[in-house]
Amino acid sequence: MTNPLYDQLQVYLLMAAFLLVAGIYGLVRRRTLIGMLISGELIFSAASVNLMAFNRFTVKDPAVGQIFVLFIMGLAAAEVAIALSVMLAVYRNYRSVTTKELADLKG
Amino acid sequence: MKDFFNTTLVLNAIFVFSLATTLAGALIAVLSTRLIRGVSGLAICCLGLSGLYYFLHSPFLALMEILIYVGAVCVTIVFAVMLVEPDEPANGEKRTPALEWGGAMLALTAGLFWALSRLVLGAAWPEPGAATKGSGAISEIGIHLLTTYSMAFELISLALLVAIIGALAIARSGRTKP
Repeated sequence: MTNPLYDQLQVYLLMAAFLLVAGIYGLVRRRTLIGMLISGELIFSAASVNLMAFNRFTVKDPAVGQIFVLFIMGLAAAEVAIALSVMLAVYRNYRSVTTKELADLKG
Repeated sequence: MKDFFNTTLVLNAIFVFSLATTLAGALIAVLSTRLIRGVSGLAICCLGLSGLYYFLHSPFLALMEILIYVGAVCVTIVFAVMLVEPDEPANGEKRTPALEWGGAMLALTAGLFWALSRLVLGAAWPEPGAATKGSGAISEIGIHLLTTYSMAFELISLALLVAIIGALAIARSGRTKP
């Protein structure tokens, strides 16, 4: 490879793949809803890095990917707001956000 | 001095530093036992990611990453951590099944990463070419957001508005119950 490290598509894709698997692993491993939310954010970041990498290296118009990733960031922020308010509501009813204890259905 | 900072060696060093920051942040976010350290790991990871975005020719997204993720998302999660005291006691649970499932999941995700790496390194990606339309500068993004992609722009604002109202409604409704 003649290009320097920061100018290679594969490096960014590998980074995104690592973020994705770390997020999936954390999603399964974490025992609380907040921990799962953090892992979900890692997966969001992985998608964003992938999109930006392809935007930088293969797309003709470099503004498109940036707008797309900005859209993802807005959705992630909205998701966090909703998820945290759901967690607060759950915590009021159950006194816990541990996934093991959230096993009741209504009735 | 400017020439010194533009040499490949220095740029590579800065890039490797941001890569390492992202990796370390992700590992801390996933593997730490206390949840507040996980949130800090997410913040560190996002700082590294903003460096990566800068190297991807997008200082706009680098700033947005810090502004939205570190400044808004992580701070909100920290507030939630303080409100719901989520540190679980580790007792009352058998160790062996947890370890077995954790090991199985670790193997599964390692396999997934191996497969993705094979895919990334083996595929014939198109040759990186220079962008032909526009430069991707911030002013250009602003023009795009108000002309071609005004729909996406309005959708973001609408989604955020609905999210705020919904979050208020959900978090408020349970307050009267015991």
